[in-house]
Amino acid sequence: MSKEKILEKSFLLIALSSISILGLIAFFIFEQGIPLIWKIGLKSFLLGDRWFPSKESFGIFPMIVGSFWVTLGSLVVGVPLGLACAVFLCELTPPTFAMILRPMIQLLAAIPSVIYGFWGLIVLVPLIRETFGGPGLSILAGSLVLGIMILPTIISISEDSLRALPRTYKEGALSLGATHWQAIWRVLLPAARSGIVASVILGMGRAIGETMAMIMILGNAAQLPRSILDSARTLTTNIGIEMGYASGDHRQALFATGVVLFFIIMILNSVALLVSRKGKA
Amino acid sequence: MGKGRGSRWVHWLGLLILPALLSGCQRQPGGVSVVGSTSVEPFAEALAEEYMSRHPGVKIFVQGGGSSAGIQAVRTGSAEIGMSSRNLIDSEKDLIAVPIIYDAIAVIVHRENPLNDLTLDQIRKIFSAEITRWVEWGGKNHPITLVTREEGSGTREAFQKLIMGKREISLSALVQDSNGAIRQVVTDDRNAIGYISLGLVNDRVKALKIGGIEATVDNIQHQRYQIVRPFLFVFKSRPQDLAKDFLDYILSPAGQKLLVQEGLISMNPIPESKKEARR
Amino acid sequence: MRISRHHTQALAKGVIWVAAFFTLIVMFWILYQVLREGLPLLHIDFFLQAPRQMGRAGGIFSTIVGTLALTVVALIIATPLGVGTAIFLREYTRESRVSRVIRFGTDCLAGVPSIIFGLFGFVFFVIFLRMGWSILSGGLTLATMILPTIICTAEEAVKAVPYTYREVSFALGGTRWQTIRKMVLPNAIPGVLTGVLLGVGRSVGETAAVILTAGSSFITPDSLFSPIRTMAVHFYILAREGISMEMAYATGAALILFILAINTVANWLMYRYIHRA
Repeated sequence: MSKEKILEKSFLLIALSSISILGLIAFFIFEQGIPLIWKIGLKSFLLGDRWFPSKESFGIFPMIVGSFWVTLGSLVVGVPLGLACAVFLCELTPPTFAMILRPMIQLLAAIPSVIYGFWGLIVLVPLIRETFGGPGLSILAGSLVLGIMILPTIISISEDSLRALPRTYKEGALSLGATHWQAIWRVLLPAARSGIVASVILGMGRAIGETMAMIMILGNAAQLPRSILDSARTLTTNIGIEMGYASGDHRQALFATGVVLFFIIMILNSVALLVSRKGKA
Repeated sequence: MGKGRGSRWVHWLGLLILPALLSGCQRQPGGVSVVGSTSVEPFAEALAEEYMSRHPGVKIFVQGGGSSAGIQAVRTGSAEIGMSSRNLIDSEKDLIAVPIIYDAIAVIVHRENPLNDLTLDQIRKIFSAEITRWVEWGGKNHPITLVTREEGSGTREAFQKLIMGKREISLSALVQDSNGAIRQVVTDDRNAIGYISLGLVNDRVKALKIGGIEATVDNIQHQRYQIVRPFLFVFKSRPQDLAKDFLDYILSPAGQKLLVQEGLISMNPIPESKKEARR
Repeated sequence: MRISRHHTQALAKGVIWVAAFFTLIVMFWILYQVLREGLPLLHIDFFLQAPRQMGRAGGIFSTIVGTLALTVVALIIATPLGVGTAIFLREYTRESRVSRVIRFGTDCLAGVPSIIFGLFGFVFFVIFLRMGWSILSGGLTLATMILPTIICTAEEAVKAVPYTYREVSFALGGTRWQTIRKMVLPNAIPGVLTGVLLGVGRSVGETAAVILTAGSSFITPDSLFSPIRTMAVHFYILAREGISMEMAYATGAALILFILAINTVANWLMYRYIHRA
């Protein structure tokens, strides 16, 4: 009996590993970052619009705005197109066709972000520069690439939600005289709403957290962007681009940026969990 | 498959991890880590490659991370040698810095940019965004795309000190995290202007003359072109064993020749003092 | 004038067709572009030689070694932890406060951006535990990143083992542990392997966290404490610095092929596994 007990306790310990790691991460990031936020004040950190570490200015507002616009842009690109593809795969194509496409889309989700960033650099940035002017390295480029990157996530999860709906929903609507499209638009999509929203939030999480591709194509100017053709910096790229070189206060400020990012992601995750749990209940 | 024995795995794992953790302070024997400035990095890599081909079996690990990171790494013992493209600041003066070669900073523009020459003052005005369009010099009425290195970069600090003086580089400047990346941007964007290590200038970008003086080895060695900074190897204490041997090789005629071939400037004819930008 | 619902349908379907086609084409065009430029440059030497002249010449051998080393270390740590967690959640407990806390931790961990893992790995493994930039630091950091994936798929795999298997074992007098070891785990292995492969895919593609913890030195490592450069990091550096576009394309193509291979095996496994059960 006691051997079983020992085993049970060991498994409990193992199972606590994920929450312990989370705690460790939070601890070390906070330990480095909070003192700096304390030192310069939360308001001046979050709302200050000057990031000039060599002159001891640590305002991350431009980066918050940058993250916001790039993420919003990516959703504008990714959600409609992703939903369109999900509907396409689920309702408008023969099942065998969809069965071939589905693993291919999953493959796209596994492609490293640096490849997308590279493509953005080689193809999109010059295109934007030639067509619209400006440096090309811009929020527009970032949004487009990020939108493409989150497409596989939105497509697979939304499509799964649509496919999981009971057939009676569709059959019922059709038997009542609705056209196929009316069935999709008025019955299926609303019914799959919680899954779709979850996919969007997941995509949003991935968009906010993306670093390498963004360093490659956003231009990283530490300024408040005034148009989508302007270069910008996100919270993640702020850390990524200066981490190697920083020391002292500068490094702590980067960790502080990490703290802010951590909070944003936690809030986002909690919202996502709430939405998906409510949907299932 | 071993996955059946869950708890035994845990025990084995503990046995594996623990000694690894405990011996974590141990540096790899027979190897040297060279960490720091991304400006120095490609040259250190070339030197290391050459050195390792002459001394097989020896490992020299070179990586970037930045001048400040390199100096920190040496201080904490994560690396034996730190690379820096800027002079040590006061708080770092307890470490030992050895100049291995000199490097000039070149201000570069797109290959087809009609400009060939700018004064120091004009460069300052451009990089502080006081002048924002190329039309000032009869160019097209296009906005200037500034490109700079990130905060904390040795190259940026040298540029700041030697050219900008007290004026700030504009926050609207694009930031790239290596010389090579800056060169890429300037290669592709007609309206771009940036600064990189002279040794990295190639035929796809144009290096401007500053005040009529071109960045040639001759001009640099005679102090006519003054935007020059030392590449330093930083040590915690007197270099020994492999680190010392590597350093000796770099300072030897063979090592210096390799560096000069790559576009850097030998230090012999240059006195120690380096002039700073006049206000 | 009201548009008939049949016209609405035609319009809507038309828009969706166009949008979907366009989207799918763009997505695959990206892959196609890299493969088209890079595939012709792949030859056996490329994989067997180390990079020379900062990557301008030579091959990517040391980066392959680095990628494999990091992945192996990450898997050695994450797989037992992940499978153990899944077993605990499924076999040893019902829905309780403990299990809710564990799931919350796992879900949150899954959402943490890779740069934060990089910061953590840097400050914890590289500095605090004094492991320096090394395969060990990188592998351990990657392990924390793929843990949630493995927990999730392992849990699905364990859940999918029919309860009857357990009933039989209990009826024959087996203890809980014996049941797990002899009935549940062997049948859950294909599902677990899928999760492992997903984790591998993530490790191979990860860049930000790897640069901050495993460094970027590209010579072949000789111990767990050597810094290494992975294929993804090598690709990133080549692409950014404009050192050699051909090498960048070739490395990118190799990376894509690698991921393709892993995904194909994972899909095949899942297909077989689902059809078995």
